[in-house]
Amino acid sequence: MPTTEKLKKVALQVRRDIVRMVHAVNSGHPGGSLGCTDYLVALYFEVMNHNPEFNMDAIGEDVFFLSNGHISPVFYSVLARSGYFPVKELSTFRKLNSRLQGHPTTHEGLPGIRMASGSLGQGLSVALGAAQTKKLNGDKSLVFCLHGDGELQEGQIWEAAMYAAHNKVDNLIATIDVNGQQIDGSTDQVLSLGSLRAKWEAFGWEVIDMDGNKMDEVLKTLNYAKTQTGKGKPVVILMKTEMGFGVDFMMGSHKWHGVAPNDEQLAQALAQLEEPIGYNYCGDY
Amino acid sequence: MKKYTFTEKKDTRSGFGAGLAELGKTNPNVVALCADLIGSLKMDAFKKDYPERFFQVGIAEANMIGLAAGMTIGGKIPFTGTFANFSTGRVYDQIRQSVAYSDKNVKICASHAGLTLGEDGATHQILEDIGLMKMLPGMTVINPCDFNQTKAATIAIADHHGPVYLRFGRPTVPNFTPADQKFEIGKALMLNEGTDVTIFATGHLVWPAIEAGEMLAEMGINAEIINIHTIKPLDDEAILASVAKTGCVVSCEEHNRLGGLGDSIAQLLVKNKPVPMEYIAVNDSFGESGTPDQLMTKYGLDKNNIVEAAKKAISRK
Repeated sequence: MPTTEKLKKVALQVRRDIVRMVHAVNSGHPGGSLGCTDYLVALYFEVMNHNPEFNMDAIGEDVFFLSNGHISPVFYSVLARSGYFPVKELSTFRKLNSRLQGHPTTHEGLPGIRMASGSLGQGLSVALGAAQTKKLNGDKSLVFCLHGDGELQEGQIWEAAMYAAHNKVDNLIATIDVNGQQIDGSTDQVLSLGSLRAKWEAFGWEVIDMDGNKMDEVLKTLNYAKTQTGKGKPVVILMKTEMGFGVDFMMGSHKWHGVAPNDEQLAQALAQLEEPIGYNYCGDY
Repeated sequence: MKKYTFTEKKDTRSGFGAGLAELGKTNPNVVALCADLIGSLKMDAFKKDYPERFFQVGIAEANMIGLAAGMTIGGKIPFTGTFANFSTGRVYDQIRQSVAYSDKNVKICASHAGLTLGEDGATHQILEDIGLMKMLPGMTVINPCDFNQTKAATIAIADHHGPVYLRFGRPTVPNFTPADQKFEIGKALMLNEGTDVTIFATGHLVWPAIEAGEMLAEMGINAEIINIHTIKPLDDEAILASVAKTGCVVSCEEHNRLGGLGDSIAQLLVKNKPVPMEYIAVNDSFGESGTPDQLMTKYGLDKNNIVEAAKKAISRK
């Protein structure tokens, strides 16, 4: 089976996990999770060199930081499906005494998490710090991080953006989930972002566009982004996604940012996301 | 009263600079970050000798805290340097999420704490930082009293795994602790054994507490004086042992009365051994411009205030 086809099957399973996880606790953030599924599946199942035998220091491994921590369902599903912890543990999401907190944390010792996130705007700084330690250690592996587009309204992002270019942190690939939505409405309504390409270029970054919901393009673009590292500039991918991608009634609106489906809606969603039975990494928990 | 002498007055921030330079030599994992205050924080020596391990981040403290948190991944031990106000209040959420909640081995080193920053005034004179930092689970809070102790503390925290807030200041103060005194985190230091009242002091208030002890001795009052350089974890055992002997307390700190050392001691005493207690601290207000000495007197933090507080505590027994 070609790589893209395999990744699509995993993405289908991850999307099933997402809607089931948020439905089970009637809380969580399905919209952004569904939109970023293809990116995270491509990263963890193909692009990154990483070891599910988790080690915090990640010497010689690529690392990923989720800055928009509210899309924890997709992060947890991808970590579990790629072997960091048992898939059945996804059923504990957001429940008392779980390692799968509402927003990711290192505090409960969940393998695969290197930094708490949820309060927005902090992850780029953290990723840059990790990237600079890699350089100090002579470690040639890469640092990836993901941010929401609404998150770019936080000032710390731009402190970090300025720092990265000034210090030529070129072993980092940041990705922005450009879905144009935030809690109170579209980004254009709430606080318009203007031209993201112009902004990041003005801050001295190498800017790459990507359709984040076409697996072949995601794979191709991430691999291309890797070839742009080591050239004296930090790299950012502007990833166009559809919030809620894969479930028709969750798409095209900010309404499913932080709302869980009811029983009927879950059944409807799962009907659109056919379980890839029998394939590696797949099968409902 | 035990006699304390000093040969010179030095600033505690220079003790930090000296300790950091020493760590540069002895611990290759130590890295330093500064937000455009290299001279004020005395980080020049480290920067000069270990430029590859020094990171100038510009006037961007939030980014600095995040960078430091990230740098721990891969084994570095980051020391961040800026004024106490910008080290805590300005970046509270960054410290809370990226450092404390994420269990990161970051050392937040803060100069120009308290009123003794002087003429710059209240915008820069943070008096709430100890409270902010001690409320964070897992955070160690240290406020050394002179050059030698600040240097020793700086070196000691590199060997302690976990987030630390190290608070020091701008003015020169008597450098009286022995240069070879080992710094033990969480271990209170007995400065004078007494029987009538215990004076617990931290940071810049330790020397005035010694002076107050001498004045009290002349009045026939035998004060026990203890240097609480570590506010969290608090040395409960030493505090309770002393209070069992003296039966009343004065706490002394260059900080708001709310949320500082005094409150930590009061909480311990209320639970274990309630005794009369007086606070030497800023009485829930902002500071203002002035010389350090003028401000310490105006806000009730000098040796005369400590003497009066000790007499009052004794009278309430």
